[in-house]
Amino acid sequence: MDLSSINPVLLLASLMVAATPILLAAIGELVVERAGVLNLGVEGMMITGAVCGFVVAVATTSPWLGFLGAAIGGALLSLIFGFLTQFLLSNQVATGLALTLFGLGLSALMGQGYIGIKAPEFPDWYIPLLGDIPVIGPVIFQHDPMVYVGLAIVGGVWAFLKYSRAGLILRAVGENHEAAHALGYHVVRVRMLAIMFGGACAGLGGAYLSLVRVPQWTEGMTAGAGWIALAIVVFASWRPGRLLLGAYLFGGVTVLQLNLQAAGAAIGVEYLSMAPYLATIAVLVIMRAGRAPGSLGQSFHASR
Amino acid sequence: MTMKTLLAGATLALGLATGATADGHEPTTVGFVYVGPIGDGGWTYEHNKGRLAVEEHFGDAVETVFVESVPEGADAERVMTQMALQGADLIFTTSFGYMDQTIAVAEKFPDVKFEHATGYKRADNVSTYSARFYEGRAVQGHIAGQMTESNIIGYIASFPIPEVIRGINAAFIHAQEVNPDVEFKIIWAYTWFDPAKEAEAASVLIEQGADVILQHTDSTAPQAAAQAAGNVVTFGQASDMAEFGPFPRVSSIIDDWAPYYIARTQAVIDGTWESTDTWDGIGPGMVAIGEISDAVPAEIKASAEALIERLRTGEYHAFTGPINKQDGSVWLADGEVADDGTLAGMNFYVEGLTGDIPQ
Repeated sequence: MDLSSINPVLLLASLMVAATPILLAAIGELVVERAGVLNLGVEGMMITGAVCGFVVAVATTSPWLGFLGAAIGGALLSLIFGFLTQFLLSNQVATGLALTLFGLGLSALMGQGYIGIKAPEFPDWYIPLLGDIPVIGPVIFQHDPMVYVGLAIVGGVWAFLKYSRAGLILRAVGENHEAAHALGYHVVRVRMLAIMFGGACAGLGGAYLSLVRVPQWTEGMTAGAGWIALAIVVFASWRPGRLLLGAYLFGGVTVLQLNLQAAGAAIGVEYLSMAPYLATIAVLVIMRAGRAPGSLGQSFHASR
Repeated sequence: MTMKTLLAGATLALGLATGATADGHEPTTVGFVYVGPIGDGGWTYEHNKGRLAVEEHFGDAVETVFVESVPEGADAERVMTQMALQGADLIFTTSFGYMDQTIAVAEKFPDVKFEHATGYKRADNVSTYSARFYEGRAVQGHIAGQMTESNIIGYIASFPIPEVIRGINAAFIHAQEVNPDVEFKIIWAYTWFDPAKEAEAASVLIEQGADVILQHTDSTAPQAAAQAAGNVVTFGQASDMAEFGPFPRVSSIIDDWAPYYIARTQAVIDGTWESTDTWDGIGPGMVAIGEISDAVPAEIKASAEALIERLRTGEYHAFTGPINKQDGSVWLADGEVADDGTLAGMNFYVEGLTGDIPQ
């Protein structure tokens, strides 16, 4: 074993990049679930965001517009889910699963002409001064801008839920939709907005894969990242801080296990491969304190 | 393309319902089960090209149906059963992991012919077929060993099955032959297709000093990662991946299934189909080597082409002794050539490779 071939700085730096797609998708789903809606269509919205982002970025040669397109694409797809579950009161679990299947098919159809095409360049930001700090600079301050956008969204969601009045209303709707309704809040409107936010974030996460991480369009490229995002929301007890920890832990152990394999560590590859999942579940379960929002997954109709 | 599957399925159902025998001869139906999406740009893409060649060759006499992204396991059994029930006469199952399911479904449908790719279990109505990809790996190793400056070659492996291990051994033997100092760093991705994971694996290998990446996974993500790194050489896997040429992709292994698919379909039409075990290499054209780009120096290109020619004519076997196993014991004596049985079940590294094969 030659552990000296692993560069800890590069390892920590790639951790942030590896975690970003899951982080983006998970923070969106966290808001959706805090509003009392269980949307299992994260994978479908991610892959749709990945293809929308790629198509727009190629057409406009601007990755930024690509990310915008991905957010819009994800949000539009989530509107289908929102309409079916909030207005037609369909079962959220079944509708979410259907949304994933639909998203996978739709993205394959939309991406037909885009296989093998290269995405426009999305350069890393080199933040002056901060980026020059030894060790910390390359680890934290020399990434592409979306890494920071992801962090900003997590911070924003945390502040929104904790301090803002709108956040309080959203949580009330998620905890007890009857009571929130009795107080005069528009449950369905709040939930529709949350669902769209979730779709937009999942779209961004998908586009991060197709525009930065991979970067190209391939059918089925999310390969289950949406499901991991869903799991992280639950294990993080619906709290943004823990969600960040969970996503970074997962990304970190994923990168670490690949590094250990390449360095020829004397640990079975099977154990290394399961390590990201085990480590994330173990840490988040041990820290677990919260409970699910009271009205999670239940349909609401004002007549009841 | 899901749309097309649906349409094909619907057409087939309609054909059965209305009795397509009206004009006297029913079209032969050929089914394909794919492990990835047909747009993966690699393994499944090439199988699908084979399917399209069948359609083109036979015209109206043959109909094809396919299902893509079928997980290896119980789902595959359902898909195959469904195809057989819909009236498929010949079904190609195109991934190693479909082996037991293919045998199980074939037992239930003795009149339907099955062809399983890269496996080793056969029955009266189950043939196996594979390509000697390791001949292509030998050529890759030959070029890679000379192109590397860091003497570290990264290898993204998929699953620890004989097919993949053969590839690693063949590449290593021929890299070491031209560069005794070469070292292989191997990552087992445990997936055939996961672009994000493949990209990560490639980045990790590059960070650890590899300047050549060989892949046994199906997507083009490692090519993109190498391109971003700037000075890393790659090879197209299963498909030409020419869009990444002339650099980083300097050559490729191309699977050409079309002639085999056409021949087997013809055999079903003629009623001459028999259970066989086909394992063809560069010679019969099942394995092709994509054009070696100009990024490779002329003398390396020339020696690689000479190697391809010797493999093609059968003058040279990619596993020719002396070769020792990893533990130093003798596998092949000087001049001895590996037999197909050992190759088909290969579960050991050759001498010089480090690390263990996951069991």
